[in-house]
Amino acid sequence: MNFISGIILSFITVLVLVFIPFFGMQVANLQFVFGVIIPYAAIVLFLVGVVGRLLLWSFSAVPFRIPTTAGQQKSLPWIKPNKIENPSSAAGVFGRMLLEILLFRSLFRNSTMEFREGPRVTYEWEKWLWLSAILFHYSFAVVLIRHLRFFTQPVPAFVTMLESLDAFMQTGIGPLPGLMLPGMYLSGIILLAAAGYLFLRRVYIPTVRYISLPTDYFPLFLILAIATTGILMRYLLKVDVVGVKELALGLATFHPVVPQGIGVLFYMHLFSVCCLFAYFPFSKLVHLGGVFLSPTRIMANNNRFVRHVNPWNYPVKVHTYDEYEEEFREKMVEAGIPVEKE
Amino acid sequence: MMYDENKIIPMIIIFVALVTFPLWYNLGKAAPKPDPKIDTPVIQALQNKQCIEPKAAMKTTHMKILDEWRNDVVRGDYSRQMTTADGRVFEKSLQNGCMKCHSNKTKFCDQCHNYMEVKPFCWDCHIAPKETN
Ligand code: HEC
Ligand code: HEC
Ligand code: HEC
Ligand code: HEM
Repeated sequence: MNFISGIILSFITVLVLVFIPFFGMQVANLQFVFGVIIPYAAIVLFLVGVVGRLLLWSFSAVPFRIPTTAGQQKSLPWIKPNKIENPSSAAGVFGRMLLEILLFRSLFRNSTMEFREGPRVTYEWEKWLWLSAILFHYSFAVVLIRHLRFFTQPVPAFVTMLESLDAFMQTGIGPLPGLMLPGMYLSGIILLAAAGYLFLRRVYIPTVRYISLPTDYFPLFLILAIATTGILMRYLLKVDVVGVKELALGLATFHPVVPQGIGVLFYMHLFSVCCLFAYFPFSKLVHLGGVFLSPTRIMANNNRFVRHVNPWNYPVKVHTYDEYEEEFREKMVEAGIPVEKE
Repeated sequence: MMYDENKIIPMIIIFVALVTFPLWYNLGKAAPKPDPKIDTPVIQALQNKQCIEPKAAMKTTHMKILDEWRNDVVRGDYSRQMTTADGRVFEKSLQNGCMKCHSNKTKFCDQCHNYMEVKPFCWDCHIAPKETN
């Protein structure tokens, strides 16, 4: 698909999704549908979908350890192995997975190859993808954890601590009067900026543009829509946050209530979030679970000293050399072929 | 056949436990929703019991009003009074404005703020009205 039509298609899809509650609420009083039924359905779909994926994956055999060349593997005693980049033990694998999941080690290795100054290939350390990816994921996580203040009562200490860290800039004295209370959360802004960059790089880097599909643009646009509605709601077009907490606590305690007059922007935010959660297990976003099962990261490179048997091997009928010699010994001796047992 | 089930199953359990955190943290108990009281002497004495703006707007934007007021008084046009659209005059002040009417901070402001776990740092400097129980 042409990349422009891919972008337009996914953009329009997200636009339609975000505005479904907007028009839905005007036609009828659908608070209960958008505030209770759809959120429950989305979270059930999310849980069942992701768990189903994990179970499905667990039925795939992994008969062989895939060695990667990122570091020296364990071999002769006088060659120093790289215990984390090419682990031979479970502890090393644990270290590699920690680096991968917490610091995005593989992305950090990213480099670009370009022709520069005539026909001359240059390899360049390319860190923008790593930087924007790590900012994106961490700010997403922080935003998500901070949202627990709507779903818990009393709010746990780790949430309030994260809130005060996140709002440490105390932009109460901002340049725009009336815009800076409540205090600005950095993570929300970083989330929007990083997701924006992740989209732009798909457009301006030709090689990335070439491999980008609507399924790449769609989740990005959806997350951009969620962040935009959230930020609008907090700083500009205020909604009744106490009502939001009543609704959220109602969902979490199975006593659903729909307070009146929260503001339609909230339902647009919530509905986009529900779309994201429902879409999650069926899209590339399941890499949330998949990263824990990355074949080249999760297995120790021990092919040289542990025998891995392919589980779908049928019992092969073998004829060992001993049996062969047993069978043909006389003929071999006659022909002058050396035998092991006389 | 399932492979590595001794690792996958704990992983699934941890995942489900994390996602359902709000469910088991609250244990099905809905906290009472806040009930801000407006029964202060000053408000009782009012002819029409109205805030600066209509109630729904106050609920969502009171912090912005405070922010604007503070800005005006401290580094804006230094005006200390404002007139609403319907001709009522208010002092642009936290202590002499809001808290004159809402002199029951613990039963009013704190009701919502404790529920939402917001802790405005204003009271580090500004003095909350004395309350007698
Ligand atoms: C109807 C409930 C309610 C009442 C009553 C209320 N507030 Fe609030 N207030 C809130 C909510 C909710 C927030 C947080 C909004 C958010 O986090 O988006 C807030 C935020 C604030 C903030 C910004 C705090 C920050 O750190 O961002 C200030 C300042 C504030 N309120 C002052 C007051 C004062 C002063 C009173 C009493 C005269 C008061 N409020 C009464 C609900 C209420
Ligand atoms: C003239 C007295 C007066 C002043 C000054 C005043 N209020 Fe109010 N406020 C009221 C009254 C009366 C109500 C109840 C309005 C209603 O029920 O319609 C109210 C309602 C509110 C509410 C909504 C409460 C709820 O139950 O949802 C908030 C929030 C609030 N005020 C905050 C403030 C803040 C912040 C200030 C200062 C910027 C302020 N008020 C100044 C009289 C006042
Ligand atoms: C570091 C101390 C400090 C903190 C914290 C603080 N203020 Fe103030 N505030 C002041 C001072 C000093 C003045 C100036 C008083 C004057 O000129 O009358 C003032 C003035 C104001 C005024 C206008 C004048 C008046 O009488 O109220 C408002 C409104 C105001 N602050 C609101 C807030 C709000 C809302 C917060 C919390 C988000 C806050 N302030 C936090 C020190 C502080
Ligand atoms: C994928 C999940 C979600 C993401 C990425 C997200 C993102 C955001 C962002 C970026 C903001 C701006 C303020 C901030 O930085 O915190 C915000 C605000 C907000 N979100 Fe979400 N959100 C999500 C889920 C939800 C859910 C499930 C609810 C329902 C309770 C919700 C309700 C709100 C409300 C009420 C605000 C305004 C907060 C305020 O005024 O203080 N969000 N969201």
